[in-house]
Amino acid sequence: MSLQIIYEEEFRIEGGNFLKAGEASCRIRTILKEIGIDNAIVRRVGIAAYESEMNVVMYAHLGRIRLRVTKEKVFLGIDDEGQGIPDISLAMQPGYSTATDEMREMGFGAGMGLPNIKKNADIFSITSTVGQGTSIEITVKLDGNGRN
Amino acid sequence: MTLRNISELLKAENLNAGCDLDIDIKHVKASDLMSDVLAFAESGALLVTGLTNNHVIRTCEIAGICAVVIVRNKTPTSETIQLSREKNIPIILTKMTMFEACGILYENGLRGIPAKTMPV
Repeated sequence: MSLQIIYEEEFRIEGGNFLKAGEASCRIRTILKEIGIDNAIVRRVGIAAYESEMNVVMYAHLGRIRLRVTKEKVFLGIDDEGQGIPDISLAMQPGYSTATDEMREMGFGAGMGLPNIKKNADIFSITSTVGQGTSIEITVKLDGNGRN
Repeated sequence: MTLRNISELLKAENLNAGCDLDIDIKHVKASDLMSDVLAFAESGALLVTGLTNNHVIRTCEIAGICAVVIVRNKTPTSETIQLSREKNIPIILTKMTMFEACGILYENGLRGIPAKTMPV
């Protein structure tokens, strides 16, 4: 009963394409709303997806977001091919950022991305290899109400 | 307070003719940092910002923000305008600075979102 997949899709993300950045996350948000997921949960998943997508656009050559919805949870897996993160605990600190001026002009790069992803997830994991890329897994459970 | 009232108070220009100016605004978030907006804004809020790129609208859509005030007489990019129409998120433009605009909205009874701290 528990592992039945209600919806599954993979979204490709282009590194450096600021104009298209966010399209996948907005699409994910629309899909979840259409499935009938609670608004507070849709908002949490949307924020986590958008911050993750922006990280791929800002720091990687390319990446993908895997979305999987079951009766119990929404899962997002974000993998990229890019520069990776040398010190994850430092990157998780609110306010720490290696963003360029261009990224900051877009309104991003304030060092809030990863903490914000974690805050909106029930289960969060991140692994990274310098010079290869970063992988993030986010689970938001559907049994609890939205926490925000 | 409705967006129409806000537009009058800020002597603002409505960018999307035909958009709903009677939507009710409960809270205001003022920021140029979109991550900050994503972290702390609440659904139904108004965003006051000096940013003009299309991420303003994408951030509003994700965070559930219903309208945008762009300050300091800036003109949004054509992509931003197009996206705001598609997503039905009105943009109004004011010549006021962010400080002035926020001061007037506060004086007229609007309030911000209660401060939250980011868990580490």
